Amino acid sequence: MIWLGIDTANTPLSVAIVKDGAILAEVNSSMAVNHSLRAMPVIEELFETVQLKPNDIDAIAVSEGPGSYTGVRIGVTIAKTLAWTLKKPLVGVSSLKTLAANAVFFNGLICPLVDARRNNVYAGVYEFIDGELIAIHEDQHLGIEDLLDSLKGQKRSVLFVGKDVGMFEEQIMDIMKENAVIAPFPMQLPRASSLIFMAQQSGHEENTHAFTPEYRRIAEAEANWLLQQRKEKGSD
Amino acid sequence: MDKDIYILGIETSCDETAASVIKNGNEIISNIVASQIQSQQRFGGVVPEIASRHHVEQITLVIEEALSEAGLEPMELDAVAVTEGPGLVGALLIGINAAKAFAFANGLPIIGVHHIAGHIYANQLMQPMEFPLLALIVSGGHTELVLMENHGSFKLIGETRDDAAGEAYDKVARVLGLPYPGGPAIDRLAHESDDAVEFPRAWLELDSYDFSFSGLKSAVINYKHNLEQKGGEVIPAHVAAGFQQSVVEVLTTKTLKAAKEYNVKQVIAAGGVAANKGLRASLEAAFENEGIPFYVPPISLCTDNAAMIAAAGTAMFVDGQRGNMGMNGRPGMSLTSWSK
Ligand SMILES: [Zn+2]
Repeated sequence: MIWLGIDTANTPLSVAIVKDGAILAEVNSSMAVNHSLRAMPVIEELFETVQLKPNDIDAIAVSEGPGSYTGVRIGVTIAKTLAWTLKKPLVGVSSLKTLAANAVFFNGLICPLVDARRNNVYAGVYEFIDGELIAIHEDQHLGIEDLLDSLKGQKRSVLFVGKDVGMFEEQIMDIMKENAVIAPFPMQLPRASSLIFMAQQSGHEENTHAFTPEYRRIAEAEANWLLQQRKEKGSD
Repeated sequence: MDKDIYILGIETSCDETAASVIKNGNEIISNIVASQIQSQQRFGGVVPEIASRHHVEQITLVIEEALSEAGLEPMELDAVAVTEGPGLVGALLIGINAAKAFAFANGLPIIGVHHIAGHIYANQLMQPMEFPLLALIVSGGHTELVLMENHGSFKLIGETRDDAAGEAYDKVARVLGLPYPGGPAIDRLAHESDDAVEFPRAWLELDSYDFSFSGLKSAVINYKHNLEQKGGEVIPAHVAAGFQQSVVEVLTTKTLKAAKEYNVKQVIAAGGVAANKGLRASLEAAFENEGIPFYVPPISLCTDNAAMIAAAGTAMFVDGQRGNMGMNGRPGMSLTSWSK
């Protein structure tokens, strides 16, 4: 069984090809380069490296978000187009769960987070239970302080994962004190091999045509429109 | 041409998700368009983030439908042509990345097409292009006069200095309380009107083929404001008719003058506003008088579609143009010639 994994949800880019539970090749980078310039060339190179044709793969795993709207869409568009035209199953995995998967064997809560600007983050809370990564709290878009307050209440040790963790380190240590653990740099980037690992465990398969990113946030124009609708209804 | 050429076109530069298969650059085999107009109407215009979200939902469905309606397998295609720019960058990226993934998976070459070249080549689907050719492109984002000496050669001889014609229509429609998009609503009202308010014409310099519509838009706003101040009643149909007369007269006069100066064999109109009945009638009458062949594609090929992208893509394919997996969206892409 050969898997292709793609993660372009945030600044890092990761693509991997995994065969029968072994990594054949993986490319990881974290450069502020548009994924549209890099993603397909890297995928093309990777197939060249492992001497496979696109049709040789059996399944595709993709990071479905949350993250940069455009970034998530590039990975999802590539993955769903490949899955559809090659007639292969597609599995979407949370971008945050993929990050949390770096912390395998950590005894405690795992909090993957990504900066969402203006003191907001996309974050989830995960835990390895009997070797399986379980979501304790659903991925969400929230203020960093709200996140830390709720984690503090758990009174457990929490590992923070993600390349943006450094931006919030002071706040994290301030609020969480000795319960906070900051993941070291080799664990900060999402890895497409972990993404594939999570996809294999989920046993879930998407409806390829209907598959869309998990934005975890409605578009600003839509939020304003809904607010307007509610106001108009309220004043009637 | 010995062997037939089949090109898949993909277009997502604004709010239509479209795919089409074209044979030999001039025959439509399939032409699928998924419009977001109902969703975007809520906001009174196209919201880029919403447009991108819809494109992701529709893209593989639309391509699949284009192929199945054409009765073709991917391997029977010769290339994939996709709109590279200009347009909304987030929207362009969906079509481009779908096109790249599809081309990679099926071992096909990819060709990046300029959206306006696409609008011009929509005419190739109706009748062969004859050169020199003059194209008037009028849409929500464009008002341009382009001279073509040959396939793939584009010379911009006039363009708008402020608002595009379609943009002016949308803004004036908003002033009159008409729905989005403004073009069809104003066209209809103007057509039914028994009178027209006199608005100025923006001719600019004597020898210029450039356009300007922001002054006309201001004139409409001032007219309405002044009349309301005096307690008068604004009749939307009269304003619509006056506005449309001004736009149509300037577009027709400048296009006709350019056609004569460059001694062209064919004049074509393209873009969403080319679907406007008032403009179409005025251009048709003017060129019939002069005996210069004038064409406008049917409405479905004037508004954004992928057939036009595949048509232009075929001309590029024949000329040996190829893109690669590093293709990026180019929101401000300018119309440059691919052949001399
Ligand atoms: Zn257009």
